[in-house]
Amino acid sequence: MRSLPVRAALLSLVLLLVGAGLWEAASTAPESAEAVSEYDMLVAGAGEKARVPGPSAVIAHAWAALSDPFYDRGSNDKGIGIQLGYSVGRVLTGYLLAALVAIPIGFVIGMSPLWQRALDPFIQVLKPVSPLAWMPLALFVIQDSALSAIFVIFICSIWPMLINTAFGVASVRRDYINVARTLELGRLRTALTVILPAAAPTIFTGMRISISIAWLVIVAAEMLVGGTGIGYYVWNEWNNLNLTSVIFSILMIGVVGMLLDRLLAGAARFVQYVD
Amino acid sequence: MTTADSRFVQVDGLSRSFPGERGGEALTVFEQVNFAIARGEFICVIGHSGCGKSTILNILAGLDQPSQGVALMEGREIAGPSLDHGVIFQNHSLLPWQSTLQNVSFAVAARHRDWSRAQILAHSRQYLDLVGLNGVEDRRPSQLSGGMRQRVGIARAFAIEPKLLLMDEPFGALDALTRGTIQDELVRICQQTTQTAFMITHDVDEAMLLADKILLMTNGPKARIAEIVEVSLPRPRSRSTVIFEPNYYPIRNHLVDFLVSRSKTFRDQPPTGYDPRHPPQVRPQADGSAAPQHPATSGAPHDP
Repeated sequence: MRSLPVRAALLSLVLLLVGAGLWEAASTAPESAEAVSEYDMLVAGAGEKARVPGPSAVIAHAWAALSDPFYDRGSNDKGIGIQLGYSVGRVLTGYLLAALVAIPIGFVIGMSPLWQRALDPFIQVLKPVSPLAWMPLALFVIQDSALSAIFVIFICSIWPMLINTAFGVASVRRDYINVARTLELGRLRTALTVILPAAAPTIFTGMRISISIAWLVIVAAEMLVGGTGIGYYVWNEWNNLNLTSVIFSILMIGVVGMLLDRLLAGAARFVQYVD
Repeated sequence: MTTADSRFVQVDGLSRSFPGERGGEALTVFEQVNFAIARGEFICVIGHSGCGKSTILNILAGLDQPSQGVALMEGREIAGPSLDHGVIFQNHSLLPWQSTLQNVSFAVAARHRDWSRAQILAHSRQYLDLVGLNGVEDRRPSQLSGGMRQRVGIARAFAIEPKLLLMDEPFGALDALTRGTIQDELVRICQQTTQTAFMITHDVDEAMLLADKILLMTNGPKARIAEIVEVSLPRPRSRSTVIFEPNYYPIRNHLVDFLVSRSKTFRDQPPTGYDPRHPPQVRPQADGSAAPQHPATSGAPHDP
């Protein structure tokens, strides 16, 4: 009997092959006498019923796209790498700005019951707002579509970090605070040398949730603002009726999202501790 | 011994009540608690759960405030936590993200803010050696056994050389074998350093091994100090020989009798002449007497 990870990997591979096989079979055109609509002719070419492209077509496209990911031939024809780069850049900018705001405010909320109660109504009302609902306001105030997308990322990244930071800080064990008090540490030193490391794992959990949400939202935001980025690219390829490219983009969005999450999970290991 | 030394710590008329829930009646955990600790003395407190032992310790540590009365150290009120009161918490309270050495040096650096890094580390290592913890400096608390963790806690508390060391059931979570070893170590360290100490325990033998005096508390609420028992056993003491002292079992029987039966009834039916401001000081002897030593208690509070 092989070890669990090996068996799991084998099973994953089998599922992939079976899934791809079924997909390929379903997407291969059977001999049919069905009427070909105008729509089918547009999407699939004359005399063929429109179908979702199969895995072989997607792999071929992926190979071509990934062998030259950074080409730039004008505003509507850029490589997938460039588009993803724009999106990652926006996500990181909005996300880091959100961290700079959310973590200090979360700290204050976690340490002060007064501020916790005072800010709670605002957080409760603003948190459930879809980040895209801010877009028109952002476009009007900022008057720049690229910056507006960053603002939307900023808004949606704030809440998980804010709430987790506040929760992590508020639930630092009383004993640790008492240790700091008996050592006559000042408020700032206590915050930096005791509360911050104690709350760091919870803060990082919030940061991980935020980056995932930010990556979800950027696609939708870029579909709205257009110009550059993976969200715009997906929508543009749909307008080009290039479904192969759309499917390839979906996969790439997933891969990059996973990498961003792994990155933070790796960073979180440095602050993790066993109680 | 001068008066300043014999009243190094003085607790006068201490009481602590907690407000009742939703306007209910306030709960007074203990009241009229009076005692003194001399410089270099080791005091143990024994009492059932709920008699407010930990609250008294927290007040001495400056982590809690009394509702009435005052706790003084060197004639000054204990108003807040300070480096002069070292605390060994029941659950060791080591910072889990720091290594063993960092946990100690963190405290030393807070104590001696003008010291160099090298001085701090050397001082910290010296105290880790004292509790027999060399070679595990880089391990985190989670990688240590329960006994080793409590040793780090002891090293941390002693390393800041507090004027008063407070211990809240420091060995409560340890198995009996480990507890015995660490008790012996604590006896040795306290003798080396002549540390003034105040310790809460449930363990009668532990109290007799370590203490000069044992405060017996009645059951709560409204607990008081019923008696102060002098542990008239010669030092140095060790677990293996102390039981052969003629006074050992008289003292032990006195303590156990109090915990088992008298602690329940003492509060409601105090012996005649009992005054909580001057709890009787008794010294159980091999001849069967528990002669009161305190002048204020002419009527013998108890004869076992």
